[in-house]
Amino acid sequence: MSQSEFFNKDQTINKVEPIHKDRPTQPSWRKDKSDILREANERLTPLTRRAFGKHLLGLGSLTLLTGCELTDDASVQVLLTAMSRLNDRAQAALFSPTQLAPTYSKSQIKHPFPFNAYYGLDAVRHVSEQGFKLAVSGLVNDKRSWTLEQLKLLPQTSQITRHICVEGWSAIGEWGGVPFATFLQRIGADTTAHYVGFRCADDYYTSIDMPTALHPQTLLALTFEEKTLPAMYGFPMKIRIPTKLGYKNPKHVVEIIVSNAYLGGYWEDQGYNWFGGS
Amino acid sequence: MKSSRHPPWIMICHWINAFSMLIMVGSGLKIYNASPIFGAKLPAFLTLGGWLGGAIQWHFAAMWLFVVNAMLYLGFNVLTGRLRARFMPLRFAEFTSDLFDLVRFRLSHANLDVYNALQKVAYLSVIVAATVMICSGLAVWKPVQFPVLRTIMGDFDNSRVVHFFAMLYLVLFTLAHLTMVVLVPRTLLNMLPIGFAQSARLSETKEGNQHEPK
Repeated sequence: MSQSEFFNKDQTINKVEPIHKDRPTQPSWRKDKSDILREANERLTPLTRRAFGKHLLGLGSLTLLTGCELTDDASVQVLLTAMSRLNDRAQAALFSPTQLAPTYSKSQIKHPFPFNAYYGLDAVRHVSEQGFKLAVSGLVNDKRSWTLEQLKLLPQTSQITRHICVEGWSAIGEWGGVPFATFLQRIGADTTAHYVGFRCADDYYTSIDMPTALHPQTLLALTFEEKTLPAMYGFPMKIRIPTKLGYKNPKHVVEIIVSNAYLGGYWEDQGYNWFGGS
Repeated sequence: MKSSRHPPWIMICHWINAFSMLIMVGSGLKIYNASPIFGAKLPAFLTLGGWLGGAIQWHFAAMWLFVVNAMLYLGFNVLTGRLRARFMPLRFAEFTSDLFDLVRFRLSHANLDVYNALQKVAYLSVIVAATVMICSGLAVWKPVQFPVLRTIMGDFDNSRVVHFFAMLYLVLFTLAHLTMVVLVPRTLLNMLPIGFAQSARLSETKEGNQHEPK
């Protein structure tokens, strides 16, 4: 299965229609812009174009409307998506590769640490360690896959940091594992590439920018509170990124892709901001 | 007597602000509902965006409008000298006597060119609240990238609380503000780029607040 096939495959559990289901995997921000324009042209039938004019005239009354209708309106959505892409760039500019997320003491760890996913606790994937291999693909020199034992032999570090959910709640937890920059170095990743993507055993997927992937606190996490990562927190591994919101911290990771092509994400393709930085 | 109409830049800033605040508060309440700080969710009719992702799109689009407009407003106020002319001097004795007049419904609005002490305090407090709003918002959005703001706000969770109360203050101000507009309707005419003649005529009458525009 090719990369793009994987990333565009139908999410059967997903009840919300993805907005960018057919987003072509193109590199660079610039391509994103033409992407948006192309989508705008596709969506803007003459009728909706007229509607857009009407909306511009009645912009004041427009804000009085609530609910989905307004946000789902094609012309409004084009504007909001364009602003979200602008915010991606603003966040990339604000991101400092050396600015560390605050760390906390063990006593501040949240118990029980909240479980969160696009499915309920009863649907948690139980990945078997036996036969498990982490696949590596894309712009890397060494595409050999990794067993958990091999990953445990790499240099390990740990952090007590705050997990911030896009919903607004936060919780402090402790994760341990391989500094992601170290892992990228081991696989000979092209660190000039734009994106690092993650494919997960629970059909989740997301992607991040290379500067964040190389951030010293970005972790290929194998433990939670010094114990093997429990299934509910993402066994066999989670990518822990304290400089990003929770939905940019994938669990049950089974493949890592280094790419210049935009890879999107499960929530991002439905409208969540792609950069999702904190 | 000269007209009390606001200069065009005040009118523009005011209405852009009103528009952006509608979006910011509506979408903000939707985001609040995703994880309510105080338990209860707010009624959906007060919210904008349809779902969390939509509300976030609205919030982070309109924030640019709100922030840039606020900066232009403050910048123009300082550069034109309006800030000093309108808000200085501010005396405590005037504030208490105006407050006393207010509770007896005797506060004068005969001359709209001069702010009474209550107006000065109210409008200045809103500038402060908007600043707190923006700073706490930045601390919620970028707690890692803005460590000083995060620390001032008392870490991430508390930044949300500060952000909420700054919003609440601005909403309560807006309600009081709209009440005053209903009581003294010609203040609205002074903020509109139309109805110049009416406005000018009304500002000529001494007890203008007793003559409602027809």
